[in-house]
Amino acid sequence: MKQLAKRTLRWRSITESRLFFPTVALLLVLLFDFIFIPGFFTIENRDGNLYGSLIDILRNGSTVSLLAIGMTLVIATGGVDLSVGAVMAIAASVAGILMNPSALRNEVFFVTDPTYTFQPLWVVIGAALFVALLCGLWNGVLVAYMKIQPMVATLVLMTAGRGIAQLITNGLRVQITYRPFAYIGQGWFILPFSLYIVAFVLLATWLLTRKTAIGMFIESVGINFRSSYFSGIQESKVKLLAYAFCGFCAGIAGLVACSNVKTSDANNIGLFIELDAILAVVIGGTSMAGGRFSLVASVIGGLVMQAVTQSMYAIGVPAFALQAIKSVVVIIVILLFSEQVKGLMLRVGAGKKEA
Amino acid sequence: MSATNDYILTMEGICKAFPGVQALDDVDFSLKKGEIHCLVGENGAGKSTLIKVLTGVERPDAGQIILDGEEIHPRSPQHSQTLGISTVYQEVNLCTNLSVAENILIGREPWKFGRIDWSATNVQAANLLKRLLDIDIDVTKPLDTYTVAIQQMVAIARALDIASTKILILDEPTSSLDVNETQQLFKVMRKLRAEGVGIIFITHFMSQVYEISDRITVLRNGKLVGAFETTSLPRVELIAKMIGRSLNELDDMSSIKLESSKHIKDEAILDAQKVGHAGTIRPFDLQLRAGEVVGLAGLLGSGRTETARVLFGVDKPDTGHIEFDGATVTDHSPLGSIKRGIALCPEDRKAEGIVDDLTVRENIVLAIQANKGWFSHIGAQEQYEIANRYIEMLNIATPTADQPVKNLSGGNQQKVILARWLATHPQVLILDEPTRGIDVGTKAEIQKLVLELADEGMACLFISSELEEVLRTSHRIAVLREREKVAEFSGEVDEHVIMHTIAGSEL
Repeated sequence: MKQLAKRTLRWRSITESRLFFPTVALLLVLLFDFIFIPGFFTIENRDGNLYGSLIDILRNGSTVSLLAIGMTLVIATGGVDLSVGAVMAIAASVAGILMNPSALRNEVFFVTDPTYTFQPLWVVIGAALFVALLCGLWNGVLVAYMKIQPMVATLVLMTAGRGIAQLITNGLRVQITYRPFAYIGQGWFILPFSLYIVAFVLLATWLLTRKTAIGMFIESVGINFRSSYFSGIQESKVKLLAYAFCGFCAGIAGLVACSNVKTSDANNIGLFIELDAILAVVIGGTSMAGGRFSLVASVIGGLVMQAVTQSMYAIGVPAFALQAIKSVVVIIVILLFSEQVKGLMLRVGAGKKEA
Repeated sequence: MSATNDYILTMEGICKAFPGVQALDDVDFSLKKGEIHCLVGENGAGKSTLIKVLTGVERPDAGQIILDGEEIHPRSPQHSQTLGISTVYQEVNLCTNLSVAENILIGREPWKFGRIDWSATNVQAANLLKRLLDIDIDVTKPLDTYTVAIQQMVAIARALDIASTKILILDEPTSSLDVNETQQLFKVMRKLRAEGVGIIFITHFMSQVYEISDRITVLRNGKLVGAFETTSLPRVELIAKMIGRSLNELDDMSSIKLESSKHIKDEAILDAQKVGHAGTIRPFDLQLRAGEVVGLAGLLGSGRTETARVLFGVDKPDTGHIEFDGATVTDHSPLGSIKRGIALCPEDRKAEGIVDDLTVRENIVLAIQANKGWFSHIGAQEQYEIANRYIEMLNIATPTADQPVKNLSGGNQQKVILARWLATHPQVLILDEPTRGIDVGTKAEIQKLVLELADEGMACLFISSELEEVLRTSHRIAVLREREKVAEFSGEVDEHVIMHTIAGSEL
């Protein structure tokens, strides 16, 4: 009897964990892959580096995971940032033009020398991230101080951002050949280098939010901003920080993305990815109304999004149909984990243990 | 219709429960044709629930509603409107950017050749206003070019025109009107009364109750206190019925209060001089001293909460200035107040107090953490220490400090908010209705705590709609009436005098 109670308790504490449902969602997608895609779980070891479909999910999912980390904070304040895709493009353009400024002279210049760069790497990365941070601050000022609705405020940069990115590169696609920069998105150190970036950003963000008061303030503002204000929390500053940080994360994601395709393509980098990032956060269990958040759950949510994409490619869904299929899968995942269905699963789980 | 029964509406045995609270408990209400009937009661008395039941926003758990001799079951505001029950709310819910005529006839404009006939619309609207309400204005102008009073009348005209109105409900229509505008509204109400419309009028202003109404129904804590002819109920008796206290009962001041009154400092820690905020509270003077509990008495809408908001810096005063510990306050904000050592337990616990998804622990440390800033993080262990200390001290009933505060009962939530503020070790504690909606035992605990805190040298401002508890806890009492501080009493206070001061009537 006692043991049964203990097991029920353990089941409950597992199912009530914020990580439970996103993890189940990820496992379900992987189960699908296991059944329908032969060799999906094969991992090759080439010269000490690991390759395979699973690794690809992690690697290709790093951009959306990075975005999801920043987006989590914004959504937790009760807002949303639609501009992250555009901010990625801006950061990529800044980085691209600083390595290969030929576009400014209005010529498509194919640099073939992998050691050539116009500016040193730290300037390239620093400038790109700084511009991304400015974009985030812009969103934050509009939302927190101008009191514009987050969706409208960030829509401004979402639509204008790609234009800005084009202006930076003079409307041309910029080739990136500088090898040290390529390492960001393509490098491999046992695991893809971008994974270490995600892990680092995740850890740093976790420390920033949970080892300071910022995480609690973000949640408090997202749950009830009036109570927060009466308790002395400066709502505007909290929101400004969240949007600025989200822009910064989008900047990192933009660097990873353009390094991966060796091109600063203002039209295509991060196109529609804001929706994936928002869905990742939602799958991670953060309410769109704001409040409690879990960074790890959001990153798992990002991997769910990527795993779905990857699986669809693997079973031969054509690229043009991908968005449609993906939306169906996402709806299923979100429905599965709605409060109603969650309650049902909890009851079933508890019942099973008692039987 | 039937001449034998001149009641147009009777509601009998209405019950309505919400989770954790019996909002209406066996309430009767009746309305005659051609009558202005005031519905009065303090917050939480059940006025708005009764109106919601009548207008179909809420379904009653029990009881029946008889309109014009037939039982009705209002399903929605639209449905009740077709039955002949129209409502005008405190906030005008019209489109202020559209013209007056459009607002009145929206959705029902006259058409000609497949399009709206604007000139006919305007003529029709102007006639309607003239005929129904006897007001003459340019109906082609946007609504927001007119005063709130006119806007309200447009809302009334629209309500009257949609269906043949038998009952008109006016829910605090005068709260944002000035004297002239109120008179304008009263003129319209008298005209409608003469035409046989039954009017239910909700207001917090006693002078208006006596000026306009024929009968008064008093509710308290969801129960019917009674229905009275206005002329036969003196003002002070009405107040007594609303706040549930007969004039003869008198309470002894508790010994602890007597004891603590010896330690009151002479110097004011918080000194408000001619402090006022346009539209909420007229300029007032108020001193709070260490070791003293100052009670703030007055009816709902008399400016109690507004006074607290100005003192705590939620609203910036437009006039006068506040001195704290001898220095003039420049930074009017909650955070500034917290830094100085002022705390406010707000009246609206749900909207301004608790953060419901956060745990008890997080709710308790919220204000100290806000004071410390983003990076001086209070570690987990210290957070638990603080939380558990106050859980024990205030007897907060919660399984653990990690329980989301929304799972606690109202009284315990209130204690959590109190804990949040006590944890900041304030010098001035402002308590706005700290005992509302909580059980009797907890009420007594909180009252006692307030006196104990004062005894330890805190300055307290205690706001309550229950005069009894203000008397029991306060060393000094300030009385507010219609957004103005009208009197201050200290020492032995005669309850009778305070009631008359609240009511604004002669002894």
